[in-house]
Amino acid sequence: MEMVSTSRSANWFLALYSSALGKKTVMALTGIVLFGFVFMHMAGNLKVFMGAEAFNHYAEFLRAAGEPILPHGAGLWMFRLVLLTSVTLHITAATQLTLLNRRARPVAYVRRDAVQLGYAERTMRWSGYLMGIYIIYHLLHFTVGSAHPSFSAANPYGNVISAFQAWPVSMIYIVANLLLGMHLYHGLWSLFQTLGCNHPRYNSWRRVFAITFSVVVTAGFLSVPIAVLTGLVS
Amino acid sequence: MRLHLQIWRQENPSASGNLVKYTLDDVSEDSSFLEMLDLLNEQLVGKGEVPVVFDHDCREGICGSCGVMINGLAHGPSARTATCQLHMRTFKDGDTIQIEPWRSAAFPVIRDLMVDRSSMDRIVQAGGFISVRTGSAPEANLIPVPKGDSDEAFDAAACIGCGACVAQCPNGAAQLFTAAKVGHLNILPQGRPERYERAAGMVAQMEAESFGSCSNYRECEAVCPKGISVDWIARMNRDFLVARLKGIQGKTA
Amino acid sequence: MIPAGPLADKWTNHRDHLKLVSPANRRKFKIIVVGSGLAGGAAAASFGEMGYNVECFCYQDSPRRAHSIAAQGGINAAKNYRNDGDSIWRLFYDTIKGGDFRSREANVYRLAEVSMEIIDQAVAQGVPFAREYGGLLDNRSFGGAQVARTFYSRGQTGQQLLLGAYQALARQIAAGTVKMYPRTEMLDLVVEKNRARGIVIRDLITGQVRSHAAHTVVLATGGYSNVYNLSTNAIGCNTTAIWRAYRRGALFANPSFGQIHPTCIPQAGEHQSKLTLMSESLRNDGRIWVPVKTDETRAADQIPENERDYFLERKYPAFGNLVPRDVASRNAKTVVDQGRGVGPMKNGVYLDFADAMKRLGRDTIEERYGNLIEMYQRITGEDAYSTPMRIFPAPHYTMGGLWVDYNLMSTIDGLFVIGEANFSDHGANRLGASALMQGLADGYFIAPYTVANYLSAHLGEEVSASSDPFSRTEDEVRQRTGKLLAANGTRTVDSFHRELGRIVWDECGMERNAKGIHHALIKIPALRDQYHKNVRVPGRGAELNQELERAGRVADYFDLAELMCRDALSRDESCGCHFRSEHQTDEGEALRHDDQFSYVAAWEYAGDGQEPRMHKEELSFEFVEPSQRSYK
Repeated sequence: MEMVSTSRSANWFLALYSSALGKKTVMALTGIVLFGFVFMHMAGNLKVFMGAEAFNHYAEFLRAAGEPILPHGAGLWMFRLVLLTSVTLHITAATQLTLLNRRARPVAYVRRDAVQLGYAERTMRWSGYLMGIYIIYHLLHFTVGSAHPSFSAANPYGNVISAFQAWPVSMIYIVANLLLGMHLYHGLWSLFQTLGCNHPRYNSWRRVFAITFSVVVTAGFLSVPIAVLTGLVS
Repeated sequence: MRLHLQIWRQENPSASGNLVKYTLDDVSEDSSFLEMLDLLNEQLVGKGEVPVVFDHDCREGICGSCGVMINGLAHGPSARTATCQLHMRTFKDGDTIQIEPWRSAAFPVIRDLMVDRSSMDRIVQAGGFISVRTGSAPEANLIPVPKGDSDEAFDAAACIGCGACVAQCPNGAAQLFTAAKVGHLNILPQGRPERYERAAGMVAQMEAESFGSCSNYRECEAVCPKGISVDWIARMNRDFLVARLKGIQGKTA
Repeated sequence: MIPAGPLADKWTNHRDHLKLVSPANRRKFKIIVVGSGLAGGAAAASFGEMGYNVECFCYQDSPRRAHSIAAQGGINAAKNYRNDGDSIWRLFYDTIKGGDFRSREANVYRLAEVSMEIIDQAVAQGVPFAREYGGLLDNRSFGGAQVARTFYSRGQTGQQLLLGAYQALARQIAAGTVKMYPRTEMLDLVVEKNRARGIVIRDLITGQVRSHAAHTVVLATGGYSNVYNLSTNAIGCNTTAIWRAYRRGALFANPSFGQIHPTCIPQAGEHQSKLTLMSESLRNDGRIWVPVKTDETRAADQIPENERDYFLERKYPAFGNLVPRDVASRNAKTVVDQGRGVGPMKNGVYLDFADAMKRLGRDTIEERYGNLIEMYQRITGEDAYSTPMRIFPAPHYTMGGLWVDYNLMSTIDGLFVIGEANFSDHGANRLGASALMQGLADGYFIAPYTVANYLSAHLGEEVSASSDPFSRTEDEVRQRTGKLLAANGTRTVDSFHRELGRIVWDECGMERNAKGIHHALIKIPALRDQYHKNVRVPGRGAELNQELERAGRVADYFDLAELMCRDALSRDESCGCHFRSEHQTDEGEALRHDDQFSYVAAWEYAGDGQEPRMHKEELSFEFVEPSQRSYK
């Protein structure tokens, strides 16, 4: 029996993507990109504790990234394009898999209990979609500025301080980042599984890694609105 | 003991079913869960009613025939225990027990608690074997297998193919079953030549059978009567990805 | 019939002269294999690989679930990997002696011979046998042998070997050489002019009765221990296929030879559906005892040492708790019959690890038997580390089965019978770890040659299920199921099965005598009449009907039980598992009468209500000298 069909087609990616496990792989890889981004984002945010000048300088650095090879802002846009592609693929694959999983159980159980399913795993789908909505708000809030009552493109630091001084805004960010933390916690462990990173000696570290980084990222993000609310930063 | 049962009754695959209530008295706490159902059936037959259909055979936890959802858990509340090995002392007098069939698009209900699991056989047919003809085998001790590998292969091969992993998975995924089958053979030197074809073919067949996808919830591992680890899923994913990188698509059954 | 020549050359010479079917012609032949256990699965896969057109049937929902899967201990092979002097001859000798000299020399020798190839085959298939740290295969010792020749996969050897055969079968199903029919039960054999033409089956999902025709039919349908109702067999194991073949003209050999396994968990109540085997290995470290007093009410740990009777150690100082299965079983029954049984139903004996734990530590015991002790805990709710286990013998394996010649063909032309379903290799008692060996030997390495030899004479013949014998047989099957449904009485199938099982267990179980068997021969037909008048089978025939499935199987058990009793009565000696209390040595051991009973009793069906005719196949021992077994 001939089992192998070895066609190295140009549509290799599409072929991979057409399988459910391929979609999971795409989610894991885009997840790594997005995790890398949020980690850097969080680290950059901490500049807020170094004062207005440092923070604004950092913001300007992002726009200038890639110069002089690239024109002003082009590096940032390329970066944004990568992010946008990742987010789109991540959400599309998740949605397609969700629909697939719905079809896989057309008749629901009257009762199905969870055995060890945690809150993070259970809310993965919704934390993901809420995150999507939050990202749009966040962009309108701090990047475009249309959702910010006193936005000034020249003063990102001021934008942050004035925004978070309104406690409802801070609450949105706090809740959203807690969701992000949970999403990361399951996602960071899960991507090892999906990509087949498995070795008996290191398996326990995958969980440690997931906990550490989801806590660090969440704490880093939360520290800014909390610092503003408590008056630590003004 | 007296039990209040709510059992899924469904006449055929296309009929719509519902939970039917029964009260069962004088259940011995030493009887197994299936013996409790036997008792119910004997009473139903005595009353001229149609007994409840369920799959079962060896009743010692190895053939993998039996398996129902018991109060929302595949094989019921005891860890590492197939339905036939679950005993009634786990329950209390007066308990209400809800019994449903495995539910998955890939496991259509045949009748009552009996489902069609032939999809799992087809996954094995797509590469869950080593291609060796009868009589062509070399001397058994020719290829040494490290004890650790052999023991690990056994851990995966202990799968009884009951389908509890699929039943409990919120997504109805068959990843743990497939991964155990792939892993058992792929870890052994005898299975290496077909390693990537096997992973690609079996995954492709699994996906063709309308199972869901894996979200790494690990519910499968929790209800597996043989305690098979989700680590096997990671290994299968790796072999699948390598197969795809090598351009091996695999062939379905 | 048995090839001439020296014992060691018989099979080779015979095989060299068997006729062949050329590869191009093989697909023109259709082979039916009934059963998908070790024998049937191995045979169907092998036939498929060779290029035959195979149809394989099983009643389970998947061929992987056949009851071979439940075998725990291991599989013997004369590899001599331990350098302890093992050889084909020794495996042959141990097996024929273990069978108490009631099997054929040539068959048993062939079994020992092909045992080696089985291990090679299984390892190549990926069966994860236990290994030593050097990466080579491990062996352990098993009852009835002084060498370590048993290959094993923890306590699940049967499962792993069956998965090997199942995977080979799956490969052939994918390749299109084997068509698998799961959830399908054979209800009759179609015979025309004493030649097997096909089978009549019932589709268990739709209830449809239909025929399948083939050039040859291979039965691999296992044993019939479920005649006792409570046994270690799976609930679905049944005798229907071989019983129907018997009624169509196949001889049934040694039906009363059934093995009772000593270490099972005792029955806990009236509604128990099966008995669970605990590996025999427990006897390596557990001490078996009962209280001295008959009216003992104290818990085990309250009974002082001097009020305990370690009856095996007392009676068999040399072998102690490790006497062969039949001896251990019979002695347990004796003490329970004396009223010294333990447990709530006083139906077991203690198997005590207390001394072993003191000597070796709890950890060692846990390492060796942890999984068994856990299984025991699940079933009984008792902790065997703190209180002794309770065990009792249970029916386990049937050595009897359809009579077959050296080619494994029955007395019906073209009907082959392999594995536990035939009678061929184990005589009056089977040694541990040899059932798996026989099933696979028949399926992988014997039937493929002998069936080809048969087929070679039938090239060009058409097969069709539309001829007269098929429709006649189908009608008879429909009438039978119709009759069961029409009785519409007041008792369930299970209640009859329990009553039948009790009779057979009491009168034709571990110990038999003429009086009891006569008794059973009156009670069984009376109960059978009751059964056909008063059984209640709800539902219809043309639908999924599990009660009807059971009803048909139990109906055949009634007839088989009667034949077992006749066989047990006519064999007026003790041998192996057939212990006639009239024939025992002064020490209570089985006493053979080789001068009168050194034969295989092969029974021929003579019509309903007629006494079956017994044919004798004399056993001649050219190469070994039958001796009295002694384990003192």
